Amino acid sequence: MAEVEASTAASGDDRLRKASGGVLCAFTLLLIGVLAFSIRLFSVVKYESVIHEFDPYFNYRVTQFLSKSGIYEFWNWFDDRTWYPLGRVIGGTVYPGLTLTAGTMWWLLNSINIPLSVETVCVFTAPIFSANASWATYLLTKEAKGHGAGLMAATILAMVPSYISRSVAGSYDNEAVAIFALIFTFYLYVKTLNTGSLFYATLNALSYFYMVCSWGGYTFIINLIPMHVLLCIITGRYSSRLYIAYAPLVVLGTLLAALVPVVGFNAVLTSEHFASFLVFIILHVVALVYFIKGLLTPRLFKVAMTFVLTVGLALCFAAVAILVALVASSPTKGWSGRSLSLLDPTYASKYIPIIASVSEHQPPTWPSYFMDINVLAFLVPAGIISCFLPLSDASSFLVLYLVTSVYFSGVMVRLMLVLAPAACILSGIALSEAFNVLTRSMKFQRPRSDDGLPAAEDIITPGTSSTAATIVKSGNITKEKTENVSKGRPSKKNRKEKEWVGSSPVRPDMEEKLCVLPAEASAMGILFLIILCGLYVVHCVWAAAEAYSAPSIVLTSRSHEGLHVFDDFRESYAWLRHNTEVDDKVASWWDYGYQTTAMANRTVIVDNNTWNNTHIATVGTAMSSPEKAAWEIFNSLDVKYVLVVFGGLIGYPSDDINKFLWMVRIGGGEFPHIKEEDYLRDGNYRVDAQGTPTMLNCLMYKLCYYRFVETDGKGFDRARRYEIGRKHFKLTHFEEVFTTHNWMVRIYKLKPQKNRIRGKLKLKSSSKASSMRKGAGKKNPWQ
Amino acid sequence: MAALRLLLLLAAAMLLVVASRGDASGAAPRGRKLLVLVDDLAVRSSHSAFFGSLQARGLDLEFRLADDPKLSLHRYGQYLYDGLVLFAPSTPRFGGSVDQNAVLEFIDAGHDMILAADSSASDLIRGIATECGIEFDEDPEAMVIDHINYASTEVEGDHTLIAGDDLIQSDVILGSKKIEAPVLFRGIGHAVNPSNSLVLKVLSASPSAYSANPKTKLASPPSLTGSGISLVSIMQARNNARVLISGSLDLFSNRLLKSGVKKAGSKTRHEKSGNEQFVTETSKWVFHERGHLKAVNVAHHKVGETNEPSMYRINDDLEYSVEIYEWSGTSWKPYVADDVQIQFYMMSPYVLKNMSTDKKGLYSTSFKVPDVYGVFQFKVEYQRLGYTGVSLAKQIPVRPYRHNEYERFITSAYPYYAASFSTMGAFFIFSFAYLYHK
Repeated sequence: MAEVEASTAASGDDRLRKASGGVLCAFTLLLIGVLAFSIRLFSVVKYESVIHEFDPYFNYRVTQFLSKSGIYEFWNWFDDRTWYPLGRVIGGTVYPGLTLTAGTMWWLLNSINIPLSVETVCVFTAPIFSANASWATYLLTKEAKGHGAGLMAATILAMVPSYISRSVAGSYDNEAVAIFALIFTFYLYVKTLNTGSLFYATLNALSYFYMVCSWGGYTFIINLIPMHVLLCIITGRYSSRLYIAYAPLVVLGTLLAALVPVVGFNAVLTSEHFASFLVFIILHVVALVYFIKGLLTPRLFKVAMTFVLTVGLALCFAAVAILVALVASSPTKGWSGRSLSLLDPTYASKYIPIIASVSEHQPPTWPSYFMDINVLAFLVPAGIISCFLPLSDASSFLVLYLVTSVYFSGVMVRLMLVLAPAACILSGIALSEAFNVLTRSMKFQRPRSDDGLPAAEDIITPGTSSTAATIVKSGNITKEKTENVSKGRPSKKNRKEKEWVGSSPVRPDMEEKLCVLPAEASAMGILFLIILCGLYVVHCVWAAAEAYSAPSIVLTSRSHEGLHVFDDFRESYAWLRHNTEVDDKVASWWDYGYQTTAMANRTVIVDNNTWNNTHIATVGTAMSSPEKAAWEIFNSLDVKYVLVVFGGLIGYPSDDINKFLWMVRIGGGEFPHIKEEDYLRDGNYRVDAQGTPTMLNCLMYKLCYYRFVETDGKGFDRARRYEIGRKHFKLTHFEEVFTTHNWMVRIYKLKPQKNRIRGKLKLKSSSKASSMRKGAGKKNPWQ
Repeated sequence: MAALRLLLLLAAAMLLVVASRGDASGAAPRGRKLLVLVDDLAVRSSHSAFFGSLQARGLDLEFRLADDPKLSLHRYGQYLYDGLVLFAPSTPRFGGSVDQNAVLEFIDAGHDMILAADSSASDLIRGIATECGIEFDEDPEAMVIDHINYASTEVEGDHTLIAGDDLIQSDVILGSKKIEAPVLFRGIGHAVNPSNSLVLKVLSASPSAYSANPKTKLASPPSLTGSGISLVSIMQARNNARVLISGSLDLFSNRLLKSGVKKAGSKTRHEKSGNEQFVTETSKWVFHERGHLKAVNVAHHKVGETNEPSMYRINDDLEYSVEIYEWSGTSWKPYVADDVQIQFYMMSPYVLKNMSTDKKGLYSTSFKVPDVYGVFQFKVEYQRLGYTGVSLAKQIPVRPYRHNEYERFITSAYPYYAASFSTMGAFFIFSFAYLYHK
């Protein structure tokens, strides 16, 4: 600590500190990126590099097609292997962002001679974009609350379980890139709002375009930003920056969104986008009012105001009345089913069973909040408070984002994913502020020689977020040490030097204002916060490793004998691929449609893109009908094989029997002869001896439990935990062709029509014959 | 030609008929090797006229006793015979590996059969008939009796020799030459389910017939009466296997084939009964010497092109053609009809059209693909009485327009183009004036 000239030292130190802070910040961000990427690799390490679940298989198949055929073929792709016989125009019904992203990455890598397979690129797309999302979070939070909060928020987001659940390696779904796009769009909006730069406004529109390409959740952006604009206008925060942030986004964004085939004219026709146009008009009216206010004297302005208000209100009422009438004339009020079920949480369960049947569309339970965002749930309120101290345009946006996303997450468990970034950002702010206050108050408690002024300004150093890790190691926390760490190591010495030199007259009131906590309390507070963060990290790693890494096509279970791996799904799809004709049609419940087309390469009747309710209802009806009626339905659809998933042998709970009630509901919604009551005994759904005859005769029951009694002699269903109702029966119109090792997937073939039509049996004496056949009462061509 | 055929007859179980190159060439629909199962080898001589007519047409008959212990229909997974003549009504069980199921599997594998029963029909024979949709009278003693339409050739009192003339109206089954004389029948009657679309009554009893035991007095009303009784029926299975079932073995016998006939109450006396013509023509039908259609050379393409595309676009114009031939017993002859229809089918037919024929077997038509995309099928479902079914289905996807197949500029939108470009120009001028005119 040499003595140097005060002024030069001050400016030099400042530059040096800024530079070193920048380097540290960049290095920390890099580490955060590595953390975000690597925490998502548990699935690859524990299982294998494989695409997960259902939708990712479709995205994978589309990406394969893109990489093989090019973008124009992809755009015009008419897929004749799904939704037989309707087919599906993939190019016009898919959000292409994810596919194009992965396809571009694959193409880039190949063009620089890194020959990765498409599958590898797809598997690792999600982890790469989580790193991007962390960096976007840093940028967004930095705009609102500075670097420290930004780094903290980025760290938290890098490992928030809710986001991990959707972006582990292999989870190749739209959300993987969409969350990045969402946060980045918000960042650019806030950036534009803070700077008023048209450059950022244009970037914002482009980023919004990417989001529209990626995910249907873009409607959240196009409703949230108008809400924020409206909020700013109402609270009197209108500025030209607000205008620049919003108006170009609406104009450019809508034009760009209309370019995406799946959105098209919806960008101007549906009610989801209506709010943005309304706010667009309001913004212009407000801008005009501010302009006129600048021209006129206050008195004149008042007169003009009353005149305009009366005329304007009258016109407005007329316009609104016409609009309401137009909108009300459409049956769904211009809203799509999924949006309506967001606004009215009971809508789906009342009217659209197909939306309600998806587990991720259910409202979340309380434990799922603790599972998915863990301690953030406690930190968020603190974050909201610190956003109000002081309230800026940016921080009010964050609060609004949080409040709306909390509501949406309460409606659908899947939208927890939208809440997660908001919770991370606000928790990051809360933690950063808390560390700020605690470390600062500790510092000012030090012997008098110390001085807190520079710290008061620069306390949000890049080091703040790294404090957690360092302090955990240091065990006993002395004042000295805490303070050192809080400043960040590289700049420590210089800074102290500067502090001694640059003592200032403001010092007394600063101390008065800032030193609100006693040293011991601060130390305890820091300790608690660190423990809290530690718990969060432990929970996140556990969630990433155990809860969210299972690929769901391979199941494992642990017992005292060791690890069991159930690879039945791939076994069955491989069987289909190798043992059936290439044009054969496979019917199954829609959950398995994407996997069947992608893995078995066979035509399916319905798949996870549930665009045609009638078609799904047809399959649901067939599954809930008796064998003969089901045969007729399947035969009319040219189905050759029927695939059911059965968990009764190994106790796999999400099998077709447990989903069956939804098939009945969806089928009954279109074909009223299927009645839910027929399948319920006193309101209870069961397949044991109490099950109704309709239930025990329907195709799904028969296909699942055919020959099941042969496994243990009793027919004990381990998934339902009771003995099944009907144990011994024969199939007349279907024949079993394949059952996987653990009976999880069973494949049946439709028997062809009988070659001959048998006459009525009248020979009483023919004992041999009569034992073989019974009850052919009337003409039945399907015998 | 004939020499070649004879050679092949001797050489192979599966006979290949090489027809002349001029019209369609190809193999016969059926082989020529028949197994004849009899109760008693005397049937061979008593029914020699019928067997002779079969042999004269080139069929290769192998006579076996029904209870021959070495009897077998197939060996090493291959059927040894192409058809079966079951003239063993009273046999309780077959010998060797043959049983009821073996016979039915033989039919289900696409082979033909003539089955004749009589009043001594065993449960085995009745069982086979029932499986083919033909229900013989349950009463084992019953015979068909007709006190009005009996044949007065003999001086018998019980009126069980029936002169049937209620024949099915079908040239393809009974030949183009009308059978003038009544067909003599003595045996048991059977019923067929009218809703059974596979079974046809070829020879029905008259409304005055009934089925009962002729030796006892009628105690209760007979179960089978009137024209509900079928005397001879045919069944064409879904795989086009053909089965003829007759309630009378005598129908095929030399005695009835040769005898003259005079129907009771009728003046005319025919020198010769219709039996010979009847059994010859129906056996031709059964052994696929007539009424067997084949559809070949299915082709479709866009109008003006020749290559078959893998996918059509909505509103494309396309041409579809198929060649249909009928087996005449010696060669494939063009099949001529005006009612062959094509369906362009996706869950329901979007296009249903008669195809025109050039009388040389080629059926073709052209139509516009509907304005609906999806996976369609070209379907030809041609089911006609007596003919084998023609059922063709060919899957073809129909895609919507590509992004660049729509009109680039729409005439009615020119005002909008003008509006947008003039707005752009005006805005440019305005900005220029606003920024620099001060």
